[in-house]
Amino acid sequence: MGLLSDPNRRKAITSLLTRLNTPICVVCYLAGIAWFMGLAFEPFTLRTYMSENAMGSTMVEERFPSGERALATAREFAAHKKKVGGMPVDWLVKTMRAQGLEVFTQSFSRNLPFPDESKERFVVRGTNVYGILRAPRAPRTEALVLSAPCSPGNSNNQAVGLLLGLAQYFRSQIYWAKDIIFLVNEHDLIGVQAWLEGYHHTNITGMGYTPLQGRAGSIQAALSLELNSDVVTSLDLVLEGLNGQLPNLDLANLFHAFCQKLGILCTIQGKLQRSDWDTVEGYTHSAQTMLLMVLKQASGRPWGEHGLFLRYHIEAASIRGVNSFRQYKTDATSIGRLFEGMVRKLNNLLERLHQSYFFYLMPSLTRFVSIGYYMPAFGLLTTILLLRALDLWVHLGTPTPVTEDGVGEGESPSSPGLLSVLTPVVISHLTGVALYTLPVLSQEMAVEHFPVSETEAVVLTAIAIYTAGLALPHNTHRLISGEGTEQGWRVLKLVALLYLAVLLGCTALINFSLGFILAVTLVPAAACVTPHVPKALSAVAMVLLSPGCTILYCVFLFQELQEVPVSLAEGWMLFLSVISQGILDHALYGSLVYPLLALLVYPCWLLFWNILFWK
Amino acid sequence: SLISLTSVAFLLRGNCKHVRTKDSPPNICGFNLILVPDIKICRLVNVKTVIPMVQLLNWRRGLFPQTKMAAPLTLVLILSVTIRAVLFRSSLAELISERVEVVSPLNAWKRGLFCYYVLQENNISLFFQTPLVIYLFHFVVDYAEIVFMIVDGITAVALYLAVQNYNKNVFRKQKYALEADRYPHDCLELMRSPKEMHYIPLKVAMFYLLNPFTILSCVAKSTCGLNNAVMALFILSTLKGSALLSAIFLALATYQSIYPLTLFAPGLLFLLQRLYIPVNPCRSRFWFFTVQYSVMFIGSLLVIVCLSFFLLGSWDFIPSVYGFILSVPDLTPNIGLFWYFFAEMFEHFRFFFICVFQINVFFYTIPLSVKLKEHPVFLIFMQIAIISIFKSYPTVGDIALYMAFLPVWSHLYRFLRNIFLVSCVLLACTALFPVLWHLWIYAGSANSNFYYAITLLFNVGQILLVSDYFYAYLRREHHLSQGLYLRRKDGSEATLVLK
Repeated sequence: MGLLSDPNRRKAITSLLTRLNTPICVVCYLAGIAWFMGLAFEPFTLRTYMSENAMGSTMVEERFPSGERALATAREFAAHKKKVGGMPVDWLVKTMRAQGLEVFTQSFSRNLPFPDESKERFVVRGTNVYGILRAPRAPRTEALVLSAPCSPGNSNNQAVGLLLGLAQYFRSQIYWAKDIIFLVNEHDLIGVQAWLEGYHHTNITGMGYTPLQGRAGSIQAALSLELNSDVVTSLDLVLEGLNGQLPNLDLANLFHAFCQKLGILCTIQGKLQRSDWDTVEGYTHSAQTMLLMVLKQASGRPWGEHGLFLRYHIEAASIRGVNSFRQYKTDATSIGRLFEGMVRKLNNLLERLHQSYFFYLMPSLTRFVSIGYYMPAFGLLTTILLLRALDLWVHLGTPTPVTEDGVGEGESPSSPGLLSVLTPVVISHLTGVALYTLPVLSQEMAVEHFPVSETEAVVLTAIAIYTAGLALPHNTHRLISGEGTEQGWRVLKLVALLYLAVLLGCTALINFSLGFILAVTLVPAAACVTPHVPKALSAVAMVLLSPGCTILYCVFLFQELQEVPVSLAEGWMLFLSVISQGILDHALYGSLVYPLLALLVYPCWLLFWNILFWK
Repeated sequence: SLISLTSVAFLLRGNCKHVRTKDSPPNICGFNLILVPDIKICRLVNVKTVIPMVQLLNWRRGLFPQTKMAAPLTLVLILSVTIRAVLFRSSLAELISERVEVVSPLNAWKRGLFCYYVLQENNISLFFQTPLVIYLFHFVVDYAEIVFMIVDGITAVALYLAVQNYNKNVFRKQKYALEADRYPHDCLELMRSPKEMHYIPLKVAMFYLLNPFTILSCVAKSTCGLNNAVMALFILSTLKGSALLSAIFLALATYQSIYPLTLFAPGLLFLLQRLYIPVNPCRSRFWFFTVQYSVMFIGSLLVIVCLSFFLLGSWDFIPSVYGFILSVPDLTPNIGLFWYFFAEMFEHFRFFFICVFQINVFFYTIPLSVKLKEHPVFLIFMQIAIISIFKSYPTVGDIALYMAFLPVWSHLYRFLRNIFLVSCVLLACTALFPVLWHLWIYAGSANSNFYYAITLLFNVGQILLVSDYFYAYLRREHHLSQGLYLRRKDGSEATLVLK
């Protein structure tokens, strides 16, 4: 406590921090970025290991025999699907019932706020079919879910076939201690959302659905299966869920352990693991994998059907079959065995998965970075904001030499009116509210007056409000509070810096990737901006570092990392669709990225914009 | 202009010792100037120093500006009522009333309502609230929202009047001290001017009514608002010098939550000071008044307790309310320090540590009363802060009460050392509480350790804040007696260090 009470030492530290503020900030920024990039370097990461005792030591034997039969079922399913022109509900009910499951259906409907052009849907009606295999060995208080989507067209038939094959096989086994629910859902995530809301008796997104007739116990874990071909070369594990939530790391470990055991190639982010970590290519590869995970997590959208389960405290992952041009193929029997093994181990669980990590990044399937390793990178970036705030505080308090000790010359300067600080804050937030509400509300009007479709209208309105916000605040605050003072912008900047620091800190705790990406672009802008820098140049820099442009860069980076680079025009179209998807995700599933950006981050950035044009 | 002349006379008297005679009463000093018009003395006095002094003393006739402040106060009241009414009608009200930071098992509206209905229908006494509050529910259950808004308004007005009164006293004391030349001459910048003190009562009301903590607590219909109102009325009646009312409100506050018992010491000290009775155990007047005040306090406490007994016909409420407060059986997470500690505790150590934790709350009364016996109002502030930090079921509403007093000590600002750090910590913690709660309870990815870490940090921040104000207050008093620019024996500049 000596540091907090000894005036001399405090004075020394404060003067050091104010004198060397800029160099320390630059060093912090570079160190933060370097630390983050270093996370992908294999020696700095930890090896994954199974923490859950119930899944580690218990041996299970996989005996699933009927891969061919499952594929035959898949073909039958495809034929019925074609005949009905959608989900063959009656056939599914009949087949599941024939296998001895308790079968129920749930119909749901949902009107989208505006048409979804990428999936071509506006008014969605559909039916979920699920069968429950009751556990013979336990009091049926817990359940596991295996799900497969019934996708339009010819895709994903094999997944449903395999699901039915597994159901038939599981029915004949006696060791189940948890109910197993086999769910075939229509309209991908919307169907899952309706089913989960029905199962848990909640309605958070305004979905219309019929109540579930049959229920099992509380769901412990869920696996979602996506399979498009009879044979696959590798299986891809998808972990990123709604709002960047991740399942317990043990689920990934379980998947990896069974892939090793059965000799199936497994990938994460579609990237195979490389063994040459000490070469440049090896490092680049794992850095790419990690960056892909960061970008996917930051988007806050569910990247597979499992993504919505996570919100209900259910550990879930999607497993996606990939068929590429490799020689080595895996047949449906092996995939079935993989699922059998995973479900049997999950069946052995005594409590929910909780032993392993929930906060992690994966540069490869066998390596992970835990929260303790990646948080310092973010911490270094936030330190800059706090250092700048401290600097401003010291300057504000003492125009004359530092009076930390209270015994100082000079009177405190006349404090700027509360109004001159409050006005920009209120106006920025009102702009944020406009950005959040107007695009969806005003689509009809926009469609009437401009030759655009509804989706385009929403996206373009959002961009228009975003751009208009740049002009608005710094013009209005002068009208109300008169001329801004030198003290005025300092106080405003102090408030804005602390606001940004708290905002980014909270974001990073919930969704590290989003917090970090925002920090990388927003922190330099926030740290450097004053009214005394050259206006035009710094205005351009500020716009380039604004949240909207960050999304644009992320789109290009994502395409680059996925090795499907796009041209500028295509990138722009992708950017537009990303915005409309973000708004839709918020409306449909309750993703928080859009409201966070519109209501908090953008107004905060506007405050800095306001400082730049302070007169 | 005679007044200003008189003021200058004071000054001159202060600066040239040979003029002053010990037995000259202060009110004839105007003649002193006429008697000793020495031009040299005028040159000695720094003109810069004279002007604020003259301004200060110009206020002597009215003592304190009594301009109309009712209009802004009404405005603040209307604004705060509007905010609360909007929040009551929004969907947030439900969410807020379930936040553990805002309601505790002791003051949650829902649990109070539950007690009320159970009592009404089955005649079973199941208590989380004191019987009088439950009896109050009988009348207000249908107009709860309005009642809670009115209660907040009463608290704010009581604090406003109390602080106005206190400031008048402070100013009067300062003036007498100046006239009696008790302050060192370099302390002029420490003097408080009426201009800066003018808006303090309004700021106090504003700090209470517009504090997000109070708003949350009111919207959640936490009975903490009632406790705060009782405490505020206690402060008001004490500062107005009414011993009986003060004792009654103190008894009510104690009856509500035990801990305000520690406010007995500052209340007594203030009343003694007001009656010019020195705190001296050898004097019979001291003992006479102390016994008088204690009898009033204990008497009203007994009356209230007996009233509760007659309302209910049983003594069940004593173990179930006070036992609940003292033995901390409910370990629902909150912003206090108890829950995690006692959740981790081995059962056979529990009693010992409960004693330690509870004694901790009451213990600070003794050293603080000794140290601050000349400054009972600051002592009240310190005690309220300590109660709200260390009590067994704290909520943000408790914090709001002592935070409302911060504008009263705005003159200590220059001596505060960690205010930037502390406000950053408190701000960040306030934002992190809901985030970590979400991660722990809903997402399931964090755990209780995360939440408790923030609780700890929040409390450390509060303790730093309070000790900072304590240090600053003592430091100012020290400067007022020793001079602002301290010198070591060798003549170099000295600094005060707290180690």
